[in-house]
Amino acid sequence: MKLSETLAVAWEGLLTNKLRALLTMLGVIIGVAAVIIMMAVSAGTEATIAEQINSLGANLIFVNSAMMRMTPGQPQQGGLVYDDAEAIVDSVATVAGFAVEQQTSATVKYGNVSLDSITLLGTTPDFPSVRDVAVASGRFVNQTDLDRTARVAVLGASLAKELFGAAGAADPIGARITVGTEKLTVVGVMAPKGTVAGQDWDARVYTPITVVFAKYLPSRFSAMMGNSVRTIYLQAASPEVIDDTILQVKLLLARRHGVSLDAADFTVQTQQDIISTQEATTEAFRNLLGWVAGVSLIVGGIGIMNIMIASVTERTREIGIRQAVGATETDIRLQFLAEALMLSLVGGLLGALAGVAGSWVFARLGDMRTVVAPGSIALAFGSAALIGVFFGYYPANRAAQLDPIESLRHE
Amino acid sequence: MSAAPAIEITGLTKVYQVGEVEVHALGGIDLCIQRGEFVAIMGPSGSGKSTLMNIIGCLDHPTAGSYRLDGQDVSALDRIALARIRNRRIGFVFQSFNLLSRTSALKNVMLPMIYDPHNRLPRGERLAQAAAALEAVGLGDRMAHVPAELSGGQRQRVAIARALINDPVIVLADEPTGNLDTHSGQEIMAILDELNARGRTIVMVTHEAEIAAHAHRTIHLRDGLVEAVVPNGRDLQEAPREAL
Ligand SMILES: Nc1ncnc2c1ncn2[C@@H]1O[C@H](COP(=O)(O)OP(=O)(O)OP(=O)(O)O)[C@@H](O)[C@H]1O
Ligand SMILES: [Mg+2]
Repeated sequence: MKLSETLAVAWEGLLTNKLRALLTMLGVIIGVAAVIIMMAVSAGTEATIAEQINSLGANLIFVNSAMMRMTPGQPQQGGLVYDDAEAIVDSVATVAGFAVEQQTSATVKYGNVSLDSITLLGTTPDFPSVRDVAVASGRFVNQTDLDRTARVAVLGASLAKELFGAAGAADPIGARITVGTEKLTVVGVMAPKGTVAGQDWDARVYTPITVVFAKYLPSRFSAMMGNSVRTIYLQAASPEVIDDTILQVKLLLARRHGVSLDAADFTVQTQQDIISTQEATTEAFRNLLGWVAGVSLIVGGIGIMNIMIASVTERTREIGIRQAVGATETDIRLQFLAEALMLSLVGGLLGALAGVAGSWVFARLGDMRTVVAPGSIALAFGSAALIGVFFGYYPANRAAQLDPIESLRHE
Repeated sequence: MSAAPAIEITGLTKVYQVGEVEVHALGGIDLCIQRGEFVAIMGPSGSGKSTLMNIIGCLDHPTAGSYRLDGQDVSALDRIALARIRNRRIGFVFQSFNLLSRTSALKNVMLPMIYDPHNRLPRGERLAQAAAALEAVGLGDRMAHVPAELSGGQRQRVAIARALINDPVIVLADEPTGNLDTHSGQEIMAILDELNARGRTIVMVTHEAEIAAHAHRTIHLRDGLVEAVVPNGRDLQEAPREAL
């Protein structure tokens, strides 16, 4: 029997019971769609993270507080403090710059414009180069501001627009704005940067970190925390010296904190470390998705097998008639295998369509980034086909083994 | 072509095992049917007519005995070889038609062609042949109908067209008129007569003496044995199949 005829016969077999065929395919449709959507979501998340990490800054080293040993009313013991950053810059020659951040939020007012819950980021002069963001006009916070706890502010691009209207309406530089309880003088406006790691960098106010410590953090909290910071960002002079810098920083901090490297109260990581951690996480996520997809496809396959077994029983007489006019075991087996394969492939096709549509809907409504990789469609399709052959084989074989005369007698 | 008889059966038995009980459906049949012959098989219900036909039609295996079809020993063949024989050398017409119920008359007739590995004709050619076969049994205007849209007589004519489509040596008909009224039965018999007149070997089971009278001779079965062989006074004319 020609392949085209086998396929035609199988196709007609499916068409005679469209609703049942559709219901049978449902498992495969859902499985394949799930595979594609989940892979699209995970690929989208991964792409976003990669972009964000790359936009953090070049040759960046993260020094994080690993733990804070605190006793109420006492300055904290352990963890990073602001002075650690200055000590690192003073004694590790390969560090080109550093940035420390301490943030809070406040209401910002200028004229009759008032904006609530604006991020106020206390930081240090190297921030623009370390975190890879440019100053558009005026200047950034400098060392003098820091030493004098000068009440100056540098505005994010979109915040400047909101406070002072579109470009040219009024020059923000030199203006005095109210941030929380303090009046700050605007000395600069940043270039647009967008969202980094979930934070809108264009809608915040920068000020010297000493101003935040002195004026914005509640005094009790401030006393308790000392000048503690969660993260010190260091910029290595070049990619080649990163490893050496990390080692020196670790040794220095261990000595300053009086701890051994094994029991350090800080961690030192590069962007690459963070990317690797992230990749390990997405990898684990992907493995989980793989299991979910595998299970749903197997359930879909069992659905196909179930229906094919019922179909073989129901169509015993048809099988007998075909055998009576000369169909061989192989002809019958191929016919039912082709039916199972078609069920799974058509299910795979519908599932792929549903998956692509679903990924789009997720991106649209779920405010999520999704990337549909052609490979994921191929993978889903291929597994659907395998499932069809695997779960179709038993029923097909059962049909092929039927005895012609018994099949013809079947009511 | 060899001069061997179309069908040569010796000592054929068929025993069904029903639980503990052995049912001897055929108790040792000897039978020789020449090419071009038209043979009727009669006998009371349960005498083994269908059992015999199914074995002749290669649908069923005998328990013992030998069966030569066209000189070839068939009793030793495997399932695939038997399927090929059913496909190319035997046309079977059933009392209950056995048409695919959701398939058009035309496609039912085409069925044996698609299972014929030697048939390399393009689809268009096959459709044309099947259409011609339906024309030949007077159903040129019913090709797209499914069996449910046809009368019993028409269904049986579709079944005959299907039985003939691969040009078999033998046509087997198990009570072909059993489910039909007299008029439809006569139409079917006219077709069988014509086929036989053109040289086709026909074996037919019937309960009716008038139907059996179309054959050259009638074989009477009783309890799985040949009770009598009665010539019907019609002589077998030499009508070689090559002339078809
Ligand atoms: N599959 C089977 N299993 C057991 N016994 C069977 C089977 N098929 C037929 N028989 C028995 O074999 C005997 C012959 O049956 P068969 O169908 O050949 O009779 P028949 O002559 O065709 O009868 P009818 O005229 O009613 O069609 C019967 O006794 C029947 O009960
Ligand atoms: Mg019978």
